[in-house]
Amino acid sequence: MHRIEVHLKSHLPDARGLSLVRDIYDLGITTVSKVHVVDVYWLDADLEPDMLELICQSLLADPVIQDYQYETATQGRDKVSKDCHVVEVAYNAGVTDPIEDTIMKALQDLAIKNVKAVKTARRYLIKGQLDEHQLGTICSRLLINPIIQHVVKAKLLKFPQSPQYRFKLEQVHLLEASKTELLEVKQQFGFTDDELQAIVAYFQQQRRSPTDVELETLAQTWSEHCVHKTFKGSIQFGTTTIDNLLKSTIIRATEQLNKPWCLSVFEDNAGVIDFDGRWALCFKVETHNHPSAVEPYGGAATGIGGVVRDPLGTGLGAKPILNTDVFCFAPPNLPYNELPKGVLHPLRIFKGVRAGVADYANRLGIPTLNGAILFDKRYVANPLVFCGTLGLLPKDLSQRGQQSPGDLVILVGGRTGRDGIHGVTFASEQLTEASTTVSYSSVQIGNPIVEKKLIDVMLQARDRKLYSRITDCGGGGLSSAVGEMAAETGVRVYLDKVPLKYAGLSYTEIWVSESQERMILAVPPDCVQELLSLFASEDVEATVIGKFTNDQRLQLLYQGILVCDLSMEFLHRGRPQLQREAVWEQPQHTEPDFTPPPDLGEALLSILSSWNVCSKEWVIRQYDHEVQGTSVLKPLVGKNGDGPSDAAIIRPILDSKMGVIVSNGINPNYGEMDPYWMAASSIDEALRQIIAVGGNLRRVALLDNFSWGNTSRPDMLGALVRAAEACYDMAIVYETPFISGKDSLNNEFQSEGETISIPHTLLISAIGVMEDVNRAISMDFKKADDLIYILGITHNELGGSEYFRSYGFVGNNVPKVNPQLARELMDKLSLAAEKSLVKACHDCSEGGIGVAIAEMAFAGGLGATVHLESVPLGEPIDRDDFILFSESNSRFIVEVRQENKDEFEEIMGNVSLAAIGEVNDSKVLEIYGLDGRKIVNKSISELKEAWQKPLRW
Amino acid sequence: MSKVRILILRVPGTNCDAETAFAFQQAGAITSIVHIGELIRRERRLSDYQIMVIPGGFTYGDDIAAGKVLANELRLKLGENIQRFVDDGGLILGICNGFQVLVKAGLLPGKTNGNSPSLTLTANDSGKFECRWVHLSVNGQSPCIFTKGINSMYLPVAHGEGKVIVALEALPYLNIVLYYADEHGGREADYPHNPNGSVANIAGICDASGRVFALMPHPERHIWHTQHPQWTRQRAKEYGDGFQIFVNAVKWVQSS
Repeated sequence: MHRIEVHLKSHLPDARGLSLVRDIYDLGITTVSKVHVVDVYWLDADLEPDMLELICQSLLADPVIQDYQYETATQGRDKVSKDCHVVEVAYNAGVTDPIEDTIMKALQDLAIKNVKAVKTARRYLIKGQLDEHQLGTICSRLLINPIIQHVVKAKLLKFPQSPQYRFKLEQVHLLEASKTELLEVKQQFGFTDDELQAIVAYFQQQRRSPTDVELETLAQTWSEHCVHKTFKGSIQFGTTTIDNLLKSTIIRATEQLNKPWCLSVFEDNAGVIDFDGRWALCFKVETHNHPSAVEPYGGAATGIGGVVRDPLGTGLGAKPILNTDVFCFAPPNLPYNELPKGVLHPLRIFKGVRAGVADYANRLGIPTLNGAILFDKRYVANPLVFCGTLGLLPKDLSQRGQQSPGDLVILVGGRTGRDGIHGVTFASEQLTEASTTVSYSSVQIGNPIVEKKLIDVMLQARDRKLYSRITDCGGGGLSSAVGEMAAETGVRVYLDKVPLKYAGLSYTEIWVSESQERMILAVPPDCVQELLSLFASEDVEATVIGKFTNDQRLQLLYQGILVCDLSMEFLHRGRPQLQREAVWEQPQHTEPDFTPPPDLGEALLSILSSWNVCSKEWVIRQYDHEVQGTSVLKPLVGKNGDGPSDAAIIRPILDSKMGVIVSNGINPNYGEMDPYWMAASSIDEALRQIIAVGGNLRRVALLDNFSWGNTSRPDMLGALVRAAEACYDMAIVYETPFISGKDSLNNEFQSEGETISIPHTLLISAIGVMEDVNRAISMDFKKADDLIYILGITHNELGGSEYFRSYGFVGNNVPKVNPQLARELMDKLSLAAEKSLVKACHDCSEGGIGVAIAEMAFAGGLGATVHLESVPLGEPIDRDDFILFSESNSRFIVEVRQENKDEFEEIMGNVSLAAIGEVNDSKVLEIYGLDGRKIVNKSISELKEAWQKPLRW
Repeated sequence: MSKVRILILRVPGTNCDAETAFAFQQAGAITSIVHIGELIRRERRLSDYQIMVIPGGFTYGDDIAAGKVLANELRLKLGENIQRFVDDGGLILGICNGFQVLVKAGLLPGKTNGNSPSLTLTANDSGKFECRWVHLSVNGQSPCIFTKGINSMYLPVAHGEGKVIVALEALPYLNIVLYYADEHGGREADYPHNPNGSVANIAGICDASGRVFALMPHPERHIWHTQHPQWTRQRAKEYGDGFQIFVNAVKWVQSS
């Protein structure tokens, strides 16, 4: 065994150490002056010193900037000076460490073949006076996540010996079970009473007890995550019975709209629309909430890895071309004493999630061009991590494939370990205090390079037509992927053929493991050899693990013994429909009562500085948003490339002028008053953004992602019904079909008798096809003397607004949507934009007119003068602050050249609009109130500073 | 005139291969994206191409240090072939990760007047991955054939380990091609103009022949005017600033 330490030469700045010093300071510990980070490598081998020198010099250390020590240098290592504390951290056994694989490969290149295994660790030398308690705080809050890591004593690191697995068929004696035993089974597998009854009846008919893997398979297949049983259930809502909420709202809208350009909706891993007659686009957004709550970095990274495999597993496989990520966290400055027990601090979750997403997506070479981050205290224990991927595939490959009996089941990509075992049932259950310590096996880290290799070779296999069908291995592992794929045919799988990361997995663990970076292919026998050699040529593992049959049975074998034999009929159609009750009552909040502040400039600054509104540049610049060379409108726009773009535009085919617009709408603040109007607002917002950048509604598709509290509570479910109804009502009028969606229910946390439920959260993601990217419009003001218009009607709608929130109120006047009026406005604005009459356009959302105009001014480096008296109002409003900060929907601020005034107004016709001001060179934003008094007078640099400061980390 | 043939190397973790190929195609060349295994197994030969490109990406995850593992693989498994390719007049372009690979494989900076400075690339001073646009000032005195006739460029960077470290005494022996600059071309500009803290604002270097060139910014991401971050504000030319690099390389091969 050899131990090698690599560290930066002492005269060089240690960026990792410096950032830790800052993080420690943020914890309130001010005595740490320096941290050195040392990389530690353990080699399980017996090597001569010259070999070790070679390894250090040519692989592990960069001699220009680093020093290294090996073996003998480790002696006496924990004797350090009084004010230097040493902490060494290694991954727990079973946690994937991608670097170890790479080092083994690199050692092979160096012709060093007798290294049996490699482990890495990280050693922190912390300088400064600390007591034991403070050191413990630093460890637990910054250095270690016990779910994946532990502290090692320098000489005690052991390479884990994998226990050998000895086969034993496990049966669960359901048929003769007592009531208590049945209850245990129900809880262990998360079945409802009805489900368990159906299972007992099925096995009574079979005259045998189920095996453990049969119950696991049923639990996975029938889980909320896989089958969306709440959405598909029967819901008693007042006097009406809703049979399948999904079908009666969201899918119904799509069916009624019946757009010919919808190529594949709600039936594959992602929804597919026609792009240009030759190519198709597929789009999917998923959540990875629970894993991100307990291990933010790994949870978010595997969220990306998982959603990228959705387009890859759609039709016959799409190339991922864009990512969008939306996060909801508690405020990063939450006091530690308000943190529930067993929960990671939001700052750590935020930083971990950001890093996980960036590291994974950047390595895959997929541009992250769109997203949003929202903050609310109630996300403290249930942060939300939405990851979305857009894919591009040939239109003629956009339909889901179909295997024939006799086709082989081929597992490709990464190996199978204990990763994420029970992840799906975990995702569907509530988090409790204990989750952060006992559910370690649900956590995955992920290896983006394995996935990148998989994508590269899969797309070649697709173009060579080597497989008949493809799907991804996601939640539920092989159980879900193979079980669903074979629903119409039947399948026989040989579980002992599955390549393992380490020995010791039982047949059940192999079947339900959620190890990342795997896909399943159905391959006709005459293509198998060519496929296997193609995969081998790119060093991607591909293994025949079974065969599709025509007996409609799911049969699993291990070492020749049948361990599972279920009828597909029962597995996929035997689940009793869930019965739920829902109620809805309009909540009443305190109506705010405060006198308007005399200087609204200060109020504007404070909204610009709020967590929700402030610049997210710190996050955006750490994502590669330029890779693939497709960006047309970037997330940051304007004179200095730092203004907030409404939506992203890419040109997926580099020599075509056609583009795709990607946007998102989300506003959980409105759900507290009425989830119906929250959903309507989110759809309106996503569409406004598409229009604002120069798009149109001719070909726009939507995705829904519901993240909700515990829907077995009738009021929670009632809120869900309200939101789904709005989805139908809006989609029909805007003619924007939903093409796919996802839900994450039960986002509730219980601690010390307290229940924390997340706000009802609906993310609407939209894609729109743009005929000519040269028509794109950015939101920054372009030129002095141009006119500033407001389009749309301002109502007294400050319920849930950032302005009310800054006073601690929710209010009652939720922003509503009139979709007919909104659609007319949007269509006309698109027309004006196509005629190049719109020089800049920004939608009014959080912070209303005030924030929109401020952002346009500082992004363009120009001043503006604005008069509120001409703003079209829906009803008399006598307060300047209400007009300035109302968040009424369907409104835009538009910049128009003086000479285009008449033509613009003529095109807009009877749409409510008004010219409310002018752009100027003053670099000051001046806003005049109803009585002609100046109510805002702020320099654009001050406004911009307020907006950028909070997240300038 | 026969078309110029370009080999774009693909390795696990390469991710800018397609757009780099597109840029060369626009410049009139024929491109092949070749997996490293095909070269090692001798299914394809480097000598069939006139230009080899190591594009951007995270080869082998950039585990241990960016570009390190591929650098060793190239040196140990294809070292002789690559040396012969260069000696025979071939061109090599390394972009971003390709820069890191060429340096760590010992192909850059190479020898100048008998001296070969020791140089490396490491973590940005900011401690962050930085995706942002930078102004570049081109060293008109450099022998680099890729940048002939270009004075300045505006290109994006996207990297976490782009800081060039080299001893100041070694600068005279270094063929610096590109400097991070401010919008007026000033080569002493600080962060964020110099996005990584590179010594002497070095953004790209070449060898003494001018035929082996590497840079951290991505010229292949600025081929069209609509890739420019301010294109919606100003009337721009049709092609982006990065395009000329590809045109120069192809023209040089055609004329030599």
